[in-house]
Amino acid sequence: MKNFESIFAAYLVFWAIVFVYSFTVSRRLARTEQDLESLKQQLRK
Amino acid sequence: MTPNRILWLVVKLAAAAAMAAAGYAIFFIAPDEQTMHDIQRIFYIHVASAWTAGVAFLIVALAGVLYLVKRQPRFDWLGIAAAETGVAFTSVVLITGPIWAKPIWGIWWTWDARLTLTFVLWLMYIAYLLLRSLIEDPQRRSVLCAVYGIFAFADVPLVYMSIRWWRTQHPQPVIGGGQGSGLDPTMWKVLLFTWAAVSLLFALMIRQRYRLESARYQTEVLRQELEDRKEAPAAPSRA
Repeated sequence: MKNFESIFAAYLVFWAIVFVYSFTVSRRLARTEQDLESLKQQLRK
Repeated sequence: MTPNRILWLVVKLAAAAAMAAAGYAIFFIAPDEQTMHDIQRIFYIHVASAWTAGVAFLIVALAGVLYLVKRQPRFDWLGIAAAETGVAFTSVVLITGPIWAKPIWGIWWTWDARLTLTFVLWLMYIAYLLLRSLIEDPQRRSVLCAVYGIFAFADVPLVYMSIRWWRTQHPQPVIGGGQGSGLDPTMWKVLLFTWAAVSLLFALMIRQRYRLESARYQTEVLRQELEDRKEAPAAPSRA
């Protein structure tokens, strides 16, 4: 396949952006849900 | 497991299967392009990402209008979720474009109308995200971002029309481009299938980001409630 490196790089960029973005959102979501749970517990006291 | 969770699990599985099938179609079913040959296979992910980004920014504008009319926070959450996801897909377009351009044009980048307007589009939505982080008052932030999101969308039709209105280094339209333009029917099918697969991925990404914004909002509400409770004077005890 001609220009294999370029094709590989383009598809790698696509997946890298999708995964890195989804990963960062997941981490932020997990942290926020943890905060939310701790606030709920504080309010129950 | 709630029906909603089951639905999203089905979407996740469908997205994974569709992306795998799209990969197969791009490399084994789509025909070889006569002048560019294999490098043209970048076209499928490049165009599908560009269309997805356009849809994302349309959602930002619609969510902005709905927020201004109904003043419900869920439209604000949808706006930020779509804007951030749209920036991610525009980034894909801005990086895969030059990777495709270099072997074909001999240059990575040129400041023609299509490329410049796409770069401006990316900058405008980066500015939208910055605007959100700079305004502290939640209501003011939501209103300003809704208005900004509506006006920023004006660049999307400009990007689309730029290759029709001006002479550009970027290829002339192959879709709806008039006489002499067009796409091989198999290429069309592969492109539409890839776009459908990317759209499923987009739906998952936007939903996840929406959940984050919703959780942030609830956290703020509870934090405020806790502070109010601390500040409220203790009830006088009866003797």
